[in-house]
Amino acid sequence: MKYTEEHEWLRIEGDLVVVGITEHAAEALGDVVFVELPEPGTQVAKGDEVCVIESVKAASDILAPLDGEIVEVNAALADTPGMVNDDPLGAAWFFKMKLADLKALDGFMDEAAYKELIG
Amino acid sequence: MADLLRTGLYDLHLRLGAKMVPFAGYEMPVQYPMGVLKEHLHTRAAAGLFDVGHMGQVILRPKGSYEAAALALEALVPVDVLGVKPGRQRYGMFTNPQGGILDDLMFANRTDHIFVVVNAGCKDADVAHMRAHLSAACAVEYITDRALLALQGPAAETALARLVPGVAAMRFMDVGVFGWQGVELWVSRSGYTGEDGFEISLPDAVAVTFAEALLAMPEVAPVGLGARDSLRLEAGLCLYGHDIDTATSPVEANLGWAIQKARRAGGARAGGFPGAERILCELAEGPARRRVGLAPEGRAPMREGVEIYAAPEGGAPIGVISSGGFGPSVNAPVAMAYLPAGLPEGTLVYGDVRGKRLPARIAPLPFQPTTFKR
Repeated sequence: MKYTEEHEWLRIEGDLVVVGITEHAAEALGDVVFVELPEPGTQVAKGDEVCVIESVKAASDILAPLDGEIVEVNAALADTPGMVNDDPLGAAWFFKMKLADLKALDGFMDEAAYKELIG
Repeated sequence: MADLLRTGLYDLHLRLGAKMVPFAGYEMPVQYPMGVLKEHLHTRAAAGLFDVGHMGQVILRPKGSYEAAALALEALVPVDVLGVKPGRQRYGMFTNPQGGILDDLMFANRTDHIFVVVNAGCKDADVAHMRAHLSAACAVEYITDRALLALQGPAAETALARLVPGVAAMRFMDVGVFGWQGVELWVSRSGYTGEDGFEISLPDAVAVTFAEALLAMPEVAPVGLGARDSLRLEAGLCLYGHDIDTATSPVEANLGWAIQKARRAGGARAGGFPGAERILCELAEGPARRRVGLAPEGRAPMREGVEIYAAPEGGAPIGVISSGGFGPSVNAPVAMAYLPAGLPEGTLVYGDVRGKRLPARIAPLPFQPTTFKR
């Protein structure tokens, strides 16, 4: 598992990367009440706003961690946004991306580095 | 969080695991480990305990007769103060000469004095305003040694009556003084959630003990400012600085119900409050814009500041959302907005959320039926 500075986790699954948000991020957001997901097939560039997460407190975004194509989204999140708080590392993945080169993931933090970041 | 004030319950909040945030100059609990959503639902299902000790408590003690003090206060609010019977409380607002709202407040006839509760963010200005205008008729005593708790929800009566049996006989907007462990509790049957419940003023010295006695009961959980906001929003209640301010009149804010007959045109004491000309004119002819409920059709919350349009494309905004978010009890987004007066309930409008115009309908307030014990 890799981590971004925006508190997303990245998990390799075959030739795809699964993206979600960390427990730390889910807790900071508070109860999630709405998730807006991208259309599968969307080409995204690193830093693009890909998803919107609305909690009882505020709205925030998930940014595309890298260039690539969104190939699958977790439609269950639209109906049950509370999954983000209940199981952020498992059932509440947001989308799967196809990258031009999986090696691009090497630049992200590992778990130890991420834990250091969040203190 | 230097320079922020703390209520007497600050240490208790920390012990309960609260997340503290700055609010109106105070360090206040926004949520406890239960979280905003569950705290909200718990309040509607059982009872929530809120620290509202940041709010201002003021006694107006008549220098002459009670009637003279009540009439003096009537010069600051478009409300029938004189008609409030002993042991009863009423909602009101201080208005400015332009007919805008300086603050909203609760005041009670406590027989030999008037007890006033005002918003935390406005309290210093409110006290100065009252001292400047009421001092001939009454002493304005700003109370700084008493805490204020709110216990709200269907189990509030059961819980509070275990400590103070007399409160069970109170009705909505009654006030009374009760003894508890040798101190005076000033209790009102009111609140800011749309639920039955109480607000309890008590000496700082016993506030933690009293709060802990309530929290030890199975019905009672501590509830923070986050859920207080979603509860009042579902109940259609205004938040000062958001839904009402110095530029909104009580009539625009749909608070005309708080202006009794005695203060309206043709009433026994018509006018005679700041901004009377505009406010009475708006009561007679209707305001240009009005606060309404707005129910987004989708699941995306529409928050404060979202601009409202009449059509899915083109045109200028016709209004703006003053408060909005997710309503846990109605399980949908809810909002209040200022829109041109006269648009009927059910009217379809569009809120600009992140550059997309999403549909919403004008909806009756409150979103959640109130459960006051009348």
